[in-house]
Amino acid sequence: MTAFLALIDRDLRLAFRFGADTLASLLFFILCGSLFPLALGPSPDLLRHMGPGIIWVCALLACLLPLDRLFGAELEDGSLDLLMLTGPAPAAVAFAKMAAHWLTTGLPLLIASIPLGIMLGVKGSELPLLLLGLAMGTMSLSLLGGMAASIVLGARRGGVLLPLLVLPLATPVLIFGAASSYAGQLATSPAASLDLLGACLFACLPLCPLAAGQGLKAAVG
Amino acid sequence: MTSPSDFPTPPVPERLLDVKGVTVFRGDRLVLDGVSLTLDAGDAMILTGPNGAGKSTLLRTISGLRRPDSGEVIRYGDLAWLGHQDALKPGLTLAQNLALAEKLGTNSLPDALEALDLTHLTDLPARLLSSGQKRRAAFARVMLSGAPLWLLDEPTVGLDVASIERLGAVMAAHRANGGAMIVTTHVPLPLDNTRSHELPSLAHVESFWLS
Repeated sequence: MTAFLALIDRDLRLAFRFGADTLASLLFFILCGSLFPLALGPSPDLLRHMGPGIIWVCALLACLLPLDRLFGAELEDGSLDLLMLTGPAPAAVAFAKMAAHWLTTGLPLLIASIPLGIMLGVKGSELPLLLLGLAMGTMSLSLLGGMAASIVLGARRGGVLLPLLVLPLATPVLIFGAASSYAGQLATSPAASLDLLGACLFACLPLCPLAAGQGLKAAVG
Repeated sequence: MTSPSDFPTPPVPERLLDVKGVTVFRGDRLVLDGVSLTLDAGDAMILTGPNGAGKSTLLRTISGLRRPDSGEVIRYGDLAWLGHQDALKPGLTLAQNLALAEKLGTNSLPDALEALDLTHLTDLPARLLSSGQKRRAAFARVMLSGAPLWLLDEPTVGLDVASIERLGAVMAAHRANGGAMIVTTHVPLPLDNTRSHELPSLAHVESFWLS
């Protein structure tokens, strides 16, 4: 457990030291979201209807950006060998990296989605629901993304393969997440979508780190 | 008349490692062909052989990073690993880089740094270290682990003569404490009573087709 926390601590230190990855996905998220009003026109009604969907798609894509380096950097400088040999169990190593990914990517996106949501005309009363859905969604995406990143690790053209692997797996998260965020506008209950979103998260929680641990073991072998 | 204590029986060596007939393929190329070796407490084994003979592959197989295609590796204790990369993050200080190894290991960081003459560099970011200093920092990680079996892949790359001497002293102390090590190296190490294991080049075995 101490090793697990030490690993997360190290990753957070690295993220603060090299803020570029975190900043890149954050800027991508905000820029991407800001482009929609330019393309769709400034109609407040239209933007309010599109708003939650835009935020969800942008968050999904922004989560993908730093995945390539998540394990890639560790493999290249030999750290992954050490972690596999002397660190905690491979699945725990993978889980720690996924947790660090969420803390350095998912959490900033969550905060940035507040101004983006307001800009797109999402009402203040609808924001908590959007944030709740996004919190569960980005956690699932960190888990799924980390799993895919470990599977393509060491493969040539892994960067191309990565979105192809993650995006199909992420569709349930996107569907249920966006549906829950629209509940406020459509005056329906978000309970069913949130339940299913939570189910996605809790299915990913044990399965993704286990699969990723196997991926990491295969990558160093 | 002599007492029996004048002729002490040599202590039965404690076995740390058994490698039995390990064969490894990389793709369809045979890299290791039935390698067998044993290592007891206090042993230092130097792996020799031409480039591409599979020295690093053998170390990776012994460590358990890679599974042998046939044969088996039996380890009787923990191991410490020094790969040919230093695994230091350039943005973190030396102490931060070694923090994880210190938490997982049993030895103290100040002692290890002192033994390798790195104390004055503790709070320097790793990107400012020279390649020899980085190599010593990576070696400090091995010392921190407290594991009896050391697997060292080219520990002396980029080190000056004084540093190699210092490394030799650390290795000798580790052997005296009942540890053992397997080292691949191209420069002679200041170690006594080493055993060596020569890996033949299998380059002439152009390819191997599974029937």
